[in-house]
Amino acid sequence: MSTPALRAPRVRAGETLGIALESVRTHRMRSLLTILGIWIGIASVTLTVGLGQGAQQKVAEQINSLGSNLLVVSPGSSTTGGVRGGRGTATTLTTADAQALADPAVAPDVAHVAPVRTTSSVLTQGTTTWTTTVTATTPDWLGVRARTLSSGRFLTAADETTAAHVLVLGDTTVSELGLRTGVGSTVTLGGTAFTVVGVLAASGSTGTTDEDDLAVTPMSTADQVLGSTTTGSVSSIYLEGASGDRLSAAYQEAYAALATRHDTSATTTTGTTGTTGTTGTTGTGSTSADFSITSQQSLVQAATATSRTLTILLAGVAGISLLVGGIGVMNIMLVSVSERIREIGLRKALGAPPSLIRSQFLAEACLLSLAGGILGLGTGYLGAAVLPSLLDQPVTISLPASFGALGVALAVGIVAGVYPASRAAQLAPIDALRSD
Amino acid sequence: MSSDAVVSLESVSKTYATGAAEVHALREVTLRIDRGEYVAVIGPSGSGKSTLMNILGCLDVATSGRYELNGVDVEDLSEADLAAVRNTHIGFVFQQFNLLPTLSAWRNVELPLLYAGVGRAERRERAQQALGRVGLAQRVDHRPSELSGGQQQRVAIARALVTDPALILADEPTGNLDSRSSEDVMALLDELHTSGRTIVLITHDLEVAAAAERSVTVRDGELVDLDGQAAA
Repeated sequence: MSTPALRAPRVRAGETLGIALESVRTHRMRSLLTILGIWIGIASVTLTVGLGQGAQQKVAEQINSLGSNLLVVSPGSSTTGGVRGGRGTATTLTTADAQALADPAVAPDVAHVAPVRTTSSVLTQGTTTWTTTVTATTPDWLGVRARTLSSGRFLTAADETTAAHVLVLGDTTVSELGLRTGVGSTVTLGGTAFTVVGVLAASGSTGTTDEDDLAVTPMSTADQVLGSTTTGSVSSIYLEGASGDRLSAAYQEAYAALATRHDTSATTTTGTTGTTGTTGTTGTGSTSADFSITSQQSLVQAATATSRTLTILLAGVAGISLLVGGIGVMNIMLVSVSERIREIGLRKALGAPPSLIRSQFLAEACLLSLAGGILGLGTGYLGAAVLPSLLDQPVTISLPASFGALGVALAVGIVAGVYPASRAAQLAPIDALRSD
Repeated sequence: MSSDAVVSLESVSKTYATGAAEVHALREVTLRIDRGEYVAVIGPSGSGKSTLMNILGCLDVATSGRYELNGVDVEDLSEADLAAVRNTHIGFVFQQFNLLPTLSAWRNVELPLLYAGVGRAERRERAQQALGRVGLAQRVDHRPSELSGGQQQRVAIARALVTDPALILADEPTGNLDSRSSEDVMALLDELHTSGRTIVLITHDLEVAAAAERSVTVRDGELVDLDGQAAA
């Protein structure tokens, strides 16, 4: 035999995996405990990220339910005796401002304008009284705020011109007043009888405000009935952009128009901030502006940023538990290597090259981690199905996040397995065989 | 060098450095074993017998000298290449049997074939043949714990045979067996020799060594003939 067979033998990956699988199976308890670490880690990461994404989505939905493409003009702060009050304390916005913004020549990208003046008033129906938010506005309000009616009709232009004594009530208000029918009922407001002409469909609460507890009435009617001190001024003006991508143009037009009307020096500098929807008062040199414009986008951004921070924090904590799980895998694999020194030595004596021993142990670590990952993901999905009803908090687990979790589990296995595997591969067969 | 030499050691030395002192485990050992020979390597513990066995088995490499195993110069081979040499040319029989306790008899026997890259069906067939050869055809699915010591050693011999190696290296194969099982195993080795196998038996037991055709004695790291003089 002068031609020696010196080529390293080729062992198929399937065989290596088989050996690893066998080892996992024969050490059941140890394998299970190892898997448990990764299991808990992946389950908690999946759930916290799912909770975070669910919360973000919920917030985004709530804010979007206020109306799409929405800009909100609020009065600026009032200065009393040199002390500046908070935003919205001034009553600088007027119905005239709203009319100006509704002019397509002034603000072509603004589709609808709904000035709103809110007051807290008592409604009476028979002997039942209920204090609610009376919202004086125009017919455009319904579309701008993205609300719908469950019955009846909304305010009309005719109501506005005739200052009709009509009310559109929120869902909560109707039930609090004990109205059976809703539409057609008569309710007393400020000593005047009003006819309920419509009921708004429920939209849910946003944080602390119940969006379904309100009474909507024409602006002109409110001017007549609800005192004269506030006549002409409005609490805020809702603007709806013609479309989503024209929202920043609408913002700039509205800002410029109001700045001119209110004689504010800063007009153009703030326009650049319009794309992100920041308030008008944050622009340079605009401290004298007596109003601010907030966009829906900026609200969404602020809210999602908050919940994202929370998610990162929670995922970080969960990530640490995953790290601990990974260290567990490494620990067990190291124990496994020293427990199986004889086996390793024998396999090497019988012709297993170091690379094969290495891949055997690496495959074992990966198998354990992957099993933990799959179980963890399963637990995550189970949690996503069960938790929402317990916590009243949506849990959203996306498919990419699931694959990501499995990838992380596999990576943990590889990282945790490399060191033990190379220790096993470097064992000298004689030393290994000699140990008892 | 005749192509009939399975083992050819030329002035092989092995030194271990233990701290500052150097231990000469083997000094200038020259040994030739031809195909079909049955050679006993005798020596008390500490004589360098184990070192010689490790070098013969390619489990360790010599510090100096030249070793050709079945025509392969094993000097300067990488670990992976040494593994391949062990796999192809050597069948080991150990004192401790060294069977994997979780695997059945045939799964233990097929291991060298697995590392040789043989397919599963052929592995099973050859493992069963080897087990039949050692008289364990009825025990292929038994685990080591379900077999007697003598049977376990026979499984180990089947594992040593399965790759059809040039050299069977038996290290104190009867060291852990009672006298009946010992006789069994020795009879099996005899039979293998008769059928043309090359066997190197390492032992401290002169009675066991008597089974071999030829004996070499290791003393203080040197090969000596029976008169106690250094062998040529």
